[in-house]
Amino acid sequence: MLYWITMLLLCQWLGELAATASGLPVPGPVIGMILLLAFLLWRGEEPPDLARVADGLLDHLALLFVPAGVGVVAHLALLRAQWPPIAAALLVSTVATVLVTGWVMQRLARERD
Amino acid sequence: MDLQSLWVYLAARPLSALLLTLLAYQAGLWLYQRSGRRTWCNPVLIAVLLLGGLLKLSDTDYRTYFEGAQFVHFLLGPATVALAVPIYRQWRAVRQSIGAIAMALTCGSATAIASALLVGWAAGATPAVLASLAPKSVTTPIAMSLAEYGGGLVSLTAVLVIVTGILGAMVGPPLLDMIRVRDPHARGLALGAAAHGIGTARAVQESAAAAAFAGLAIGLNGLATALLLPWVYALFSY
Repeated sequence: MLYWITMLLLCQWLGELAATASGLPVPGPVIGMILLLAFLLWRGEEPPDLARVADGLLDHLALLFVPAGVGVVAHLALLRAQWPPIAAALLVSTVATVLVTGWVMQRLARERD
Repeated sequence: MDLQSLWVYLAARPLSALLLTLLAYQAGLWLYQRSGRRTWCNPVLIAVLLLGGLLKLSDTDYRTYFEGAQFVHFLLGPATVALAVPIYRQWRAVRQSIGAIAMALTCGSATAIASALLVGWAAGATPAVLASLAPKSVTTPIAMSLAEYGGGLVSLTAVLVIVTGILGAMVGPPLLDMIRVRDPHARGLALGAAAHGIGTARAVQESAAAAAFAGLAIGLNGLATALLLPWVYALFSY
């Protein structure tokens, strides 16, 4: 268990290193995810202890966004001044993104079958 | 010790913020389950409202709160790395439809950027707010670095990203039902592309296949947005 927690942090650390060294706007954790995926594909099986650590973290993924979300209190003045364009942009854009991505993916997946 | 100084003492302890964050989220989770898992009863939204209200009422600084809450925030990094596990589990399905995934995410990413900028601009958003809005569909760390690049407000972007995630997790599943997108891969991809980690948390509850494709969408949509956005910024500066 501890081994795989260390492994997750190592992948993230290597990812951050690669991101900083290359100057790409891709964050370290995403590169770390690619590294861990490559490791799993190379290994060809999923270690049960890694599965337990990963599932434990991902079961409560939503919780991890709460601290950043509370940051809304630091922007109340700006949000009060600019709320109509912000609300309109977020709503329209989120709805459009869900519809376009889901529709294109299902259509292309169906064509293949 | 009187009540006031006791409060001041407790509010400054990192443990208090950490404990309150966990309690508020569990209250949100409890309400979500009590509502019969309705998407509009989002646990992140409930937790943010409870904690934000508490900070306002007690006149506590956000930075003081974050001193303790950062321990939860920190886990976002390892959790993002851990998304490799559900993707690995669905690797065969991912490999089979890699072309469709690339196409759907390119369309989704372009839609997210263009619609946010056009609607925001038409409704009178300032340039700094526009640059903070553009990367709102991608995961927090990518969005923040992109906002900085475009002259946006980095901490505002973090908030807009979370709000987008909550919104996407709330409206995503009913919208997909409405246009009859039932394929779990397409549902996961749409939730991850529009609402990053919070959409993925929602997809985890739909199916393992949806969760894997949502996780994949976070990384790939981040990449697509990072590649597209500099061009859009260049276009807008004319």
